[in-house]
Amino acid sequence: MTTYAIASGKGGTGKTTVSVHLARLLVEQGAQVQYLDCDVEEPNGHIFLKPEIERTEEATVPVPVIDATRCIACGKCAEVCEFNAIATLKTALVFAELCHGCGGCALACPVGAIQEQPRSIGVVETGRSGAIGFVQGRLNVGEAMAGPLIRAVRRAIEPDSISLIDAPPGTACAVVATVRETDYVILVTEPTPFGLNDLQLAVELMRELGRRCGVIINRAVSDHTAVQAYCREEGIPILAEIKDSRKVAEYYSRGEMMMEPASALRTSLLPLATSILQGNPEAHCS
Amino acid sequence: MKIAISTKGGSMESELDLSFGRARTFLLFDTENRAFTAHDNTENWNAAQGAGIQAAQSVIQLGATAVITGQVGPKAFQALKTGGVRIFLAQALNNVADAIDALENGSLAEASSETKQGD
Repeated sequence: MTTYAIASGKGGTGKTTVSVHLARLLVEQGAQVQYLDCDVEEPNGHIFLKPEIERTEEATVPVPVIDATRCIACGKCAEVCEFNAIATLKTALVFAELCHGCGGCALACPVGAIQEQPRSIGVVETGRSGAIGFVQGRLNVGEAMAGPLIRAVRRAIEPDSISLIDAPPGTACAVVATVRETDYVILVTEPTPFGLNDLQLAVELMRELGRRCGVIINRAVSDHTAVQAYCREEGIPILAEIKDSRKVAEYYSRGEMMMEPASALRTSLLPLATSILQGNPEAHCS
Repeated sequence: MKIAISTKGGSMESELDLSFGRARTFLLFDTENRAFTAHDNTENWNAAQGAGIQAAQSVIQLGATAVITGQVGPKAFQALKTGGVRIFLAQALNNVADAIDALENGSLAEASSETKQGD
């Protein structure tokens, strides 16, 4: 149906808090909802949603294996590799942890000396948290190749659901792999100089990728901070503001969701959830 | 024997570059005729990843059988060893000429494993 990425630029601004609470609010209103954790280096949505995992699948990258009896050390494979994963010495030498699995080397080899073999990079876990469909990627410790695992998580998107995709922080490859082909990006920030700086980078990235986006200000302290001014100048809608509150932090620190009537997270995010149900996340913004 | 020395310049007086993969230049010194040539390494210097591997491939293609540098990571170490290149460490020396002297009088330590973690 519709896919939303919840991203941020800066880490620790509240992406997961927003994602899991939006998922619950949408389910409460009768929507079919799926939560996908693409923060594969440290997925933490499960702490709040406490899902039952029904299926675990290994995610792999195809890496080249050189048949030394056929290799003529011509260097074509190393030449074609954008990631310097192959060196041609007396024979071609593969550094599998640098390989992105594009398969270019096997195509370039004139003597058929390259076979591809799967290399494990992590797992995709699928299950349910009550009525919410749950998917998360877990990257192997020390593994750098997040992109292919994120794409594996994204392949679990159900076309009939509203999908909420919890993105990794930053503005690099992993975020690009996450927000690509989503319908809308919710950028969560905080009213600090760091929050604003990283929000600006994230907005630039979303524009580069042609993504529509709006902002949620978490730990909001006033209506007149530089973050609001920036959003106004740039014409970016503010989808919600979550007031700075010790209570929200206490719930978070216990791994609990804050769903009680009149609680801060419910009241701050409900208008956005309602707009998402109507099919326009900006419907409630004036 | 040809020796590749990681350096910040292109002459015998140039300062050593203690990084191997991201060295500015490799100076290739031929012990037979005492001649040298300088080889730019800027492309590897700017590589996002795998700089050590490509630098190793470059010096092997240049025909070097020994390298003098400051430090070498695990992937460059493996590539150089596979190519049959010996690795000598010269952290405290001033310039290329001193490093070659030190190698020839046997006072340079040879690396038996990587000396730093990969990036």
